[in-house]
Amino acid sequence: MMDKFISIEAIAKRYPGASGGEVAVFENLWLSMARGEFGCVIGHSGCGKTTVLNILAGLDEPSEGAVIVDGQAIEGTSLDRAVIFQSHALLPWRTVLGNVAYAVTSKWRNWDRARVKAHAQKFIDLVGLTGAEHKRPSELSGGMKQRVGIARALSITPKIMLMDEPFSALDALTRGTLQDEVRRICLETGQTAFMITHDVDEAIYLADKIFLMTNGPGAVLAEIVENPLPKDRGRIDLHRHPLYYALRNHIVDFLVSRSKTFTATTPDHDPRNVPTVRPGLSEPTIVSAPSLVEANSTQKIAR
Amino acid sequence: MTFSLRFRAAVVSIALFAAFLGIWHLATRSTATTTAMSPEYAKLMGLTATQGKSAMPGPLDVGVKLWEHLKQPFYDNGPNDKGLGIQLGYSIGRVGLGYLLAVIVAIPLGFLIGMSPLMSKALDPFIQVLKPISPLAWMPLALYTIKDSSISAIFVIFICSVWPMLLNTAFGVAAVRKEWINVARTLEVGTVRRAFTVILPAAAPTILTGMRISIGIAWLVIVAAEMLVGGTGIGYFVWNEWNNLSITNVIIAILLIGVVGMLLDQILARFTRMVTFPE
Ligand SMILES: Nc1ncnc2c1ncn2[C@@H]1O[C@H](COP(=O)(O)OP(=O)(O)OP(=O)(O)O)[C@@H](O)[C@H]1O
Ligand SMILES: [Mg+2]
Repeated sequence: MMDKFISIEAIAKRYPGASGGEVAVFENLWLSMARGEFGCVIGHSGCGKTTVLNILAGLDEPSEGAVIVDGQAIEGTSLDRAVIFQSHALLPWRTVLGNVAYAVTSKWRNWDRARVKAHAQKFIDLVGLTGAEHKRPSELSGGMKQRVGIARALSITPKIMLMDEPFSALDALTRGTLQDEVRRICLETGQTAFMITHDVDEAIYLADKIFLMTNGPGAVLAEIVENPLPKDRGRIDLHRHPLYYALRNHIVDFLVSRSKTFTATTPDHDPRNVPTVRPGLSEPTIVSAPSLVEANSTQKIAR
Repeated sequence: MTFSLRFRAAVVSIALFAAFLGIWHLATRSTATTTAMSPEYAKLMGLTATQGKSAMPGPLDVGVKLWEHLKQPFYDNGPNDKGLGIQLGYSIGRVGLGYLLAVIVAIPLGFLIGMSPLMSKALDPFIQVLKPISPLAWMPLALYTIKDSSISAIFVIFICSVWPMLLNTAFGVAAVRKEWINVARTLEVGTVRRAFTVILPAAAPTILTGMRISIGIAWLVIVAAEMLVGGTGIGYFVWNEWNNLSITNVIIAILLIGVVGMLLDQILARFTRMVTFPE
């Protein structure tokens, strides 16, 4: 049996439409991830990625369906699921240390000050912000703010990290550094991570599985792309890997053309059994038929 | 040579003040046209007619009188003759008490309205109707029900300072950035802790702005209220001195009302700066 650590089951999200009726952002969406996996969602703007993530975080409720994490249907937010927000969402009246400590005291309410501080400091050091503990968010650069957000999310040692375009507002250099850090931390701690991105290379570098969503409204999860690149891939020589272009082209093709036409050209698409694709040297082959997926999903973390 | 803007502004301020004093002095100095009249009539008419002296005191008269008051601010010679310090003390005490009551009521209520769309909608019609009522219009009702003039004045202060605080608190609380609330939610922070650790600090600058508006209004209203209820306070002092035809004292009282009002505003401004955070 495939270990379904996260299982999104038949969720739908509808909003009241302009002319009385309801508009569905997506209907009957199924998605699952194993423990320790890194999943990236890619899709065009407005297709409902943030909505999925917010439902997973418990910040939003699906109109229908359920989300099951670690064998239990989720109800609202939880300290087990940390969110790294796109806009970093730091509390501006608190210092770096204060922001991280706020999360720490929220998780461990009876810890004394010294213990909270030491714990928070550990994670501030981890993201490379040693020395900036007493700065306020307004005195930090965009990249530093995002690091505080990462430190805050990690400090509560969550089971799952949820990231909504965490690096999209950063310059390429900072983005690269933070990608390295997130990847290192996730591999070291065996984090399960779910991330939204618009950056194909970011997805290829970080993700084990890439979820491709078609355009909304009425978006569907079209395909799950397995990353054929080795676990010990480096960001710098990513593009030298023989499978890199096959993978990249597959994703870009989807974004450029198939995301628009998918629903029309694939009438027998089964949202419960989304095909899993593993781009190879020749044409990408569908390895799906869920039994095959199980054989392929060897998500053991290199420690 | 260039001086700082601050210095140049101070020079202009002092020059304007000197000019004002000069014009005031010239306008009120004695004019030498004294008409001959019978001594009895002259006695009746007072100095104005006999010596050509203006009834309006000049800056020097006011200065001398002010110095007298400042030397002895707290004397008490019965109900109609108290030091200015005592009168101001009464007024500040009333404003402080009414204002404090307003804070106690307005801020929790504002929180409730800001956090609950239901309460916001339900209370809106009441607020819309009650807010534009002049605080002094409440005075007869307050006097009738409370039967104590001093407490009625406090009630009027309460009523007039409650609205800006209530509306600003409700607005500040409702406008707290969703992402900050979401941070608290993902950290499973309870409602009470969330109110104190996220909503209060986020809304504090808006709340303090409301409090600053309120203290200004309260200080405006106390003078009028005390003129109505009488007894003690700077408002009563003004009215009493008007009845005594002591324009000098009235001018001094006006000056002091202005200074105290400025100080109250500055105190609140300082608090506002303390809770404001840069983004
Ligand atoms: N409160 C709302 N009322 C009505 N429609 C909404 C509401 N919130 C979101 N939507 C709609 O839901 C759809 C999905 O929104 P969502 O924010 O999930 O998109 P997204 O995929 O994250 O886009 P982006 O990449 O631009 O962030 C959008 O078409 C949006 O118009
Ligand atoms: Mg989004």
